[in-house]
Amino acid sequence: MRIRVNPDKCQGHSRCIGLAPDLFDVDDYGLSSVKVDIVPEHLKQAARLAVDNCPEYAIEIVEE
Amino acid sequence: MTTNPVSEWATDFDVLDPAYVKDPFPIWDQLRSSCPIAHTTRRGRTWLPTRYEDVNSIAHDIAHFSSSDVGVIPFQPPDGEEIDESEDPLEYGLPPISADPPLHTWTRRLILPWFSHRRVSSYIPMTRSICEMLLSRFSSSGHADAAVDYAQQIPVRVIAHILGVPEEMSDTFTGWVRDVLEFAENPEKRSDTNGALVQFFLDQLELRKKEPGDDLISSLLQTEIEGEPVGDGIILGMLVLLLIAGVDTTWSSIGSSLWHLATNPEDRKRLVTEPEIMPLAIEELLRAYSPVTMARVVTEDVKYQGCPMQAGDKVLLSFSAANRDPEAFEEPETVDLGRKHNRHLAFGAGIHRCAGSNLARMELQVAVEEWLKVIPEFRLSNPDEVTWAGGQVRGPRILPVKF
Ligand code: HEM
Ligand code: SF4
Repeated sequence: MRIRVNPDKCQGHSRCIGLAPDLFDVDDYGLSSVKVDIVPEHLKQAARLAVDNCPEYAIEIVEE
Repeated sequence: MTTNPVSEWATDFDVLDPAYVKDPFPIWDQLRSSCPIAHTTRRGRTWLPTRYEDVNSIAHDIAHFSSSDVGVIPFQPPDGEEIDESEDPLEYGLPPISADPPLHTWTRRLILPWFSHRRVSSYIPMTRSICEMLLSRFSSSGHADAAVDYAQQIPVRVIAHILGVPEEMSDTFTGWVRDVLEFAENPEKRSDTNGALVQFFLDQLELRKKEPGDDLISSLLQTEIEGEPVGDGIILGMLVLLLIAGVDTTWSSIGSSLWHLATNPEDRKRLVTEPEIMPLAIEELLRAYSPVTMARVVTEDVKYQGCPMQAGDKVLLSFSAANRDPEAFEEPETVDLGRKHNRHLAFGAGIHRCAGSNLARMELQVAVEEWLKVIPEFRLSNPDEVTWAGGQVRGPRILPVKF
């Protein structure tokens, strides 16, 4: 599984890093980025949770 | 000012109507299924969208909906007083909340690092000790006002610490914030308070210029934008905003959450026995009891979802109503502390997303955790004594509990 954050949509709600701190980094200005290339098996559920809770629909699943 | 009670919510609503302040939920439900964008001419032409989709799309449409006046209750100067705008120390408003780009963009960037996810973690020990200190004042007495003695006391102390202003000013700050937000209908109060707030921060600016410290105010004074200092007028607006935006809102959320736990013993037990759900529970409490409504000003005549909006009309963005929309949330009226799909808008959406949301969340979580550690079992002393404030910010103001 691969995920990405669309920087044009992300507004820094930080819901992603709260739900999946091992997958996301949020910078000083609130912009989130994915810090792994491939989502490890045990974090797939956390990744989906982040996707489902981002108010800006900024997190995309690039590859299941 | 007393107003006539509302009978037609779709065409003549009033967000200060006692029924709306006390229990807005059935009103939003009724509007959503009959006339999802309500209208009124009380206090000027104003629209009230109640669906998630409309609130969300208007919050993102900054071209048609300006933040030039975000107050839900319009400010009317006291009788006989004229406002001379050129003399107004707040000539730039309260950026970034009252600004559109470009002023919005760079003023927002100046404050974001102070409330970043990382920075906020460093405020946790300070927040915890504030909560412990407050609890120790009443934990052995068997009763307390969870709003006045606890919720109200926390955010004001935290923001005082970050701004580097004396914590002993807390009660004064609390009074100022309530005058501006809750007693907005009383023009004298609002006007006197604005004056006092502005003078306080002007003095603080002078103080920091002489003796800079390791705090937000000093840092703003030292910042340069393209080689120029930021300007005292803009800094002043930002400081007034940080005090107003961070206090009433967060204390309302803490208060509503404690009200929920006092009235729902099974949820209270669940949080005590399953502390790992705390982060999800906090988001759910934010969704279900979202405190904030913000206003926008229509920039040009536009037909929005069939509603003939005119330039200058106000639109009230009730993030609280959006968060109760059954189209966006399964069983929105049920508070499910383990809710997994929760794209709530308690902190707004789009470019004005609450700049303090990391801080607010942290404060709410720490406040609930510390309370439950010391007082795991509690209930309302008398439900009839509970009072709620509404308008721009909704939350309990008197909340007596016993334990
Ligand atoms: C539970 C507590 C809070 C809630 C529910 C809340 C809610 C909101 C909302 C809905 C907005 C968007 C306004 C708009 O769209 O016009 C906002 C903006 C803002 N909030 Fe909060 N807030 C809370 C706590 C705080 C705290 C603790 C601070 C910081 C001290 C803060 C600072 C701000 C600032 C600076 C803005 C303006 C952002 C901008 O316009 O770019 N808020 N807040
Ligand atoms: S939750 Fe969405 S908007 Fe918020 S920081 Fe993460 S990706 Fe960005």
